Amino acid sequence: MNINATLIGELIAFLVFVLFCMKYVWPPIIGAIEARQQKIADGLAASDRAEQDLQLAQEKAKQQLVEAKAQASALIDQAKKREAQIIDEAAAKAQVEREKILAQAKAEVEAERIRAKEELRKQVAALALAGAERILQRSIDEAAHSDILEKLVTEL
Amino acid sequence: MASGELTSKDYITHHLTNWAVGEGFWTWHVDTLAWSILMGLVFILSFRAVAKKAHAGVPTKWQCAVEMCVEFIDNIVKSTFHGKSPVIAPLALTIFVWVLLMNLLDLVPVDFIPMAAQQVGAAMGHDPHHVYMKIVPTTDLNMTFALALGVFILMIYYNIKIKGIGGFIKELTTQPFNTPWLYWFNFILEVVALLAKPLSLALRLFGNMYAGELIFILIAMTGLWQIAGLHFVWAAFHLLVIPLQAFIFTMLTVVYLSMAHEHHD
Repeated sequence: MNINATLIGELIAFLVFVLFCMKYVWPPIIGAIEARQQKIADGLAASDRAEQDLQLAQEKAKQQLVEAKAQASALIDQAKKREAQIIDEAAAKAQVEREKILAQAKAEVEAERIRAKEELRKQVAALALAGAERILQRSIDEAAHSDILEKLVTEL
Repeated sequence: MASGELTSKDYITHHLTNWAVGEGFWTWHVDTLAWSILMGLVFILSFRAVAKKAHAGVPTKWQCAVEMCVEFIDNIVKSTFHGKSPVIAPLALTIFVWVLLMNLLDLVPVDFIPMAAQQVGAAMGHDPHHVYMKIVPTTDLNMTFALALGVFILMIYYNIKIKGIGGFIKELTTQPFNTPWLYWFNFILEVVALLAKPLSLALRLFGNMYAGELIFILIAMTGLWQIAGLHFVWAAFHLLVIPLQAFIFTMLTVVYLSMAHEHHD
């Protein structure tokens, strides 16, 4: 239990072990640990980034959907408006056409009526003329006149 | 229990005597040297096996265990020592694992290896009563002082390297009393404090392990273990002491070396 040369031997052994540890044990192990830490940190950061990207993409998709819906409803509105417009236009056109046709028909009827009136007047005149002629031919017989006139009256 | 003709004093002395070769100062404790170097090789080779194949990918289980050890030491060093040093962390790792392995030899039942050694010695024609085998190197003052002396040499080296010879001497003389006529007193105080560091390191480890070993021997000798299983109880207590002493030695080494790196002015 006294201090002796063993101390020197142990000191040398200690020195050798520490040197070996310093050269061949510590650096590779701590290097691997630090590299792995770096790798894990990178992986975590990448996953964070991916999550963020995903969220961003989801938001964008949502926004696009809303936009598309708005666009679609705008289109539908526009189409409806256009439809109403077309119907209105068609109705207006039809009205105009109808009035035109009506006016034309009325004019035709009027013309026909005038023509018929004229014809009638012509015939009445002719009849009157013929009646007058007959009256003139048989002016002696009063009775005869009256029955011709009677006849004329029924023909009118 | 040893054979009947031995007195208890003989038994204890036998267990506490190193296998010594040589005379006077040039005596070598063969058992201390052999067991400590064996434990050192266990540490170096098992850790080297990992270091050789160390990679940043998915580690094997043994790699995990070794890396836990390394990271434990790395955390201690990083929290205590602020600076860069390629020496302190590997030194702390070596001390921690080596001392831990040597302390763990204390848990081998006290009679196993000495008795086996006696059998071998007797077979080789020696007197079995003069075959000594003390397997726990940290119960040998030479071992603990060698560790403390190594740390002490590094402390002096870093003190001089960081502060310069002048700075080191200045630190030893100008505090705590900063008046020239008290410098001699400061110097005595500081040298005592400086020497107390390795001395306390060595004696603390030695004292704890020696006392633990002695209690194991006493339990084995009195036969109390047959009745109460007292050696199990003591082993359970000692199981706390073993890593604790290794940790304290490591921690204080790091603290002393980081103190050597610091400027006080």
